[in-house]
Amino acid sequence: MAKARVKAPKKAKAGDIVTIKTLITHKMESGRRKDKKTGKLVPRHIIDKFTAKFNGETFFSADWHGSVSANPYMSFSYKAEKSGEFEFIWHDEKGEETVKKSKMTVA
Amino acid sequence: MTKIKVEVLDRRQFMLAASATTAALMAGISSANATAEMAAEYIKKLTGGASMMEGKVKIDLPEIAENGNTVPVKVSVDSPMTADNYVKTLHLVSEGNPGPEMASFHFTPASGRANAAARMRLAKTQNVVGIAEMSDGKIYTAKTLVKVTIGGCGG
Repeated sequence: MAKARVKAPKKAKAGDIVTIKTLITHKMESGRRKDKKTGKLVPRHIIDKFTAKFNGETFFSADWHGSVSANPYMSFSYKAEKSGEFEFIWHDEKGEETVKKSKMTVA
Repeated sequence: MTKIKVEVLDRRQFMLAASATTAALMAGISSANATAEMAAEYIKKLTGGASMMEGKVKIDLPEIAENGNTVPVKVSVDSPMTADNYVKTLHLVSEGNPGPEMASFHFTPASGRANAAARMRLAKTQNVVGIAEMSDGKIYTAKTLVKVTIGGCGG
């Protein structure tokens, strides 16, 4: 569906609080914008849910509404305890999902 | 002499009364703004009408946003983020967009910190309200004013 980019550390020390940055290409049509040629409203189509998991457990999630900008950026933190894999899921209103994974080794 | 004095006082009193009326009228106009009311209603729905305390929440927005299509916003809530004392959710509510709902961030103790950053659309100069729901049921709030040069909600 959409192209996603994630910046998450590959290595961390136990107890470190790491910052994760994510970006996805998506128009985030709010349903309030008019098509310049036809003058009709462009139908609403947004990503409404973002979920961040580590080893299968959700540690951060976000509900997005029409006020979120196009190509949504999201940054948040995670407290590293043990090695494993991040999983990021963007869910859009049409039910499509984009998933991105990233491994982290915790020493 | 006395006669003139009385006249002067009268005029002053009149001016005072007139400016008070103008102020009252202006206050009436701004509180009738539908979106601020919509925001208050939406907050009531989010919190179930529970009482809120000022503080703990920080919303970082540029003082002046030149392009309302993409305004960086950083939020943080003061919390130890331990298993029995953490921030559950932070809602962002707009007082000037076509709809009051912006985004809700759900944290867990594994988040480490109740911090998040994103980019928002802002239709016009307005207050952005943050509502933090804590694990013990307490609710904290804060608002930040942001001036928007070019609105970003289509049209």
